[in-house]
Amino acid sequence: MKLSRIPQQVIPLTIIFALAIVALVAARQMLVPESFGKYGHYRADAVEEVASHDISYAGIQVCNDCHDDIVEVKQESYHRGLSCEVCHGPANNHAEAPDEYTPGAPRGRGYCPLCHGYNPSRPVGFPQILPKMHNPGKACMTCHNPHAPTLPHAPEECSACHREIASTKMVSHHTTVDCRTCHTVPKDHWSDPRAVHAEKPTDRSTCGQCHATGADSPKIIPRIDIETHGGRYLCWDCHYPHHPEATL
Amino acid sequence: MKQDKPCIPRREFLQTSAKKIPGLVVAAAALSTGKTLLAEENSEYNPEDHNYAMGVDIHKCIGCGRCADACKKENKVPLEPEFFRTWVERYVIPVEGEARVDSPNGGIDGFPEIKEKDEILRSFFVPKLCNHCDNAPCVQVCPVGATFKSRDGVVLVDESYCVGCRYCIQACPYGARYLHPTKHVADKCTFCYHRITKGMLPACVEVCPTHTRVFGEEGHRSSPLMRFLRFKDVNVLKAGLNTKPKVYYAGANGEVR
Repeated sequence: MKLSRIPQQVIPLTIIFALAIVALVAARQMLVPESFGKYGHYRADAVEEVASHDISYAGIQVCNDCHDDIVEVKQESYHRGLSCEVCHGPANNHAEAPDEYTPGAPRGRGYCPLCHGYNPSRPVGFPQILPKMHNPGKACMTCHNPHAPTLPHAPEECSACHREIASTKMVSHHTTVDCRTCHTVPKDHWSDPRAVHAEKPTDRSTCGQCHATGADSPKIIPRIDIETHGGRYLCWDCHYPHHPEATL
Repeated sequence: MKQDKPCIPRREFLQTSAKKIPGLVVAAAALSTGKTLLAEENSEYNPEDHNYAMGVDIHKCIGCGRCADACKKENKVPLEPEFFRTWVERYVIPVEGEARVDSPNGGIDGFPEIKEKDEILRSFFVPKLCNHCDNAPCVQVCPVGATFKSRDGVVLVDESYCVGCRYCIQACPYGARYLHPTKHVADKCTFCYHRITKGMLPACVEVCPTHTRVFGEEGHRSSPLMRFLRFKDVNVLKAGLNTKPKVYYAGANGEVR
């Protein structure tokens, strides 16, 4: 076929189409990234880029490699399933340069209640406390070892459980009077408080230890004739012993 | 010689033997070496061998929000309470009426007291994240191919290719995406792709104190996830949308959306 046989109007059109196709191919070459479409309709190199991000959390295995003393303690405790970084925060820096970076540790009262503060939405049986009521003002670590959080012994201070009485007594004249001055507390009451009760006073002689006319106690303490005062009533029928109202 | 039973002709026997014996030898060799099922050796990482997925046991979640906190720290997610790759929702189901859902700062700072006037039937926590759908609506709508499903079953975002048009954010039925305020590109959970390809666990799974989250691979029987799927009665979120999510929830009933 001769070139002259092709209709004249088709020639410029062919040239334009050819140029357009060349321009398209060139544009694709320049604009579409090299790895685009290697595995699908995306840039294959992006996978590598995402995978190359820095790590912040080292993982429990890395912690366990060095801190075997704590692993031993934690292994026996309720916190055995916890990763160290739950409380200590991201520690990959520390794993790579142990001397330069030290991971933090929450020591106040703010952190533990994130898990152990009472919340009715939590699963039943998960150990929870009321942060406002549970030994207010004390750091959790005073009594609990976070690596082995079960109490090693029952709390020695009565206020751990009898907080409302303790806070009433705190503002009364009896603030310095130890609970055991009036209550006899059997040893088993600490471990089994509902089965073994602390004993309460039964007669006037308990108050008489300090308040009787002839009592061997500091003079500042108000005195009363313990035999006749109040007739047939017992002392705590009128006076609340944890907040006695009589003034000096 | 007379034959009673039909037997395989010698020619056919030799042909089948020649085809099958090399295959058996290879299979035996593979079994004896003990195939690594999780990505333990980074150098040997082959995406085709993996299909990552996650299990979430709602009965175990205590709503401490450590997952959301760890996620922000690991992935440098902006700290403002609008941006999350994973977050914890609290569902409050009243005796009558609609379930109410809240998630103050993703649960990172804990949850305030429930201020509900109606009688409450029950309440629980649901950790949420990108579901890495097999049939992902976000991937379908991306006009430039900046979001995609990788060969190991993780939906990723190509930061340098995203134009920030927000179509994917609109398309995601789980609200798992956000627009990064400084990079101006869509961002979302990657299952901590930079960690899992090195054989580590995602940060949220690493720090979850009650093992609510289980990470593993579908199709690998020894994976913790497959154990989770065998033992639990699992659901996926919004199954009716046919997105084929790969985050499996145990204990999620009709209220969880």
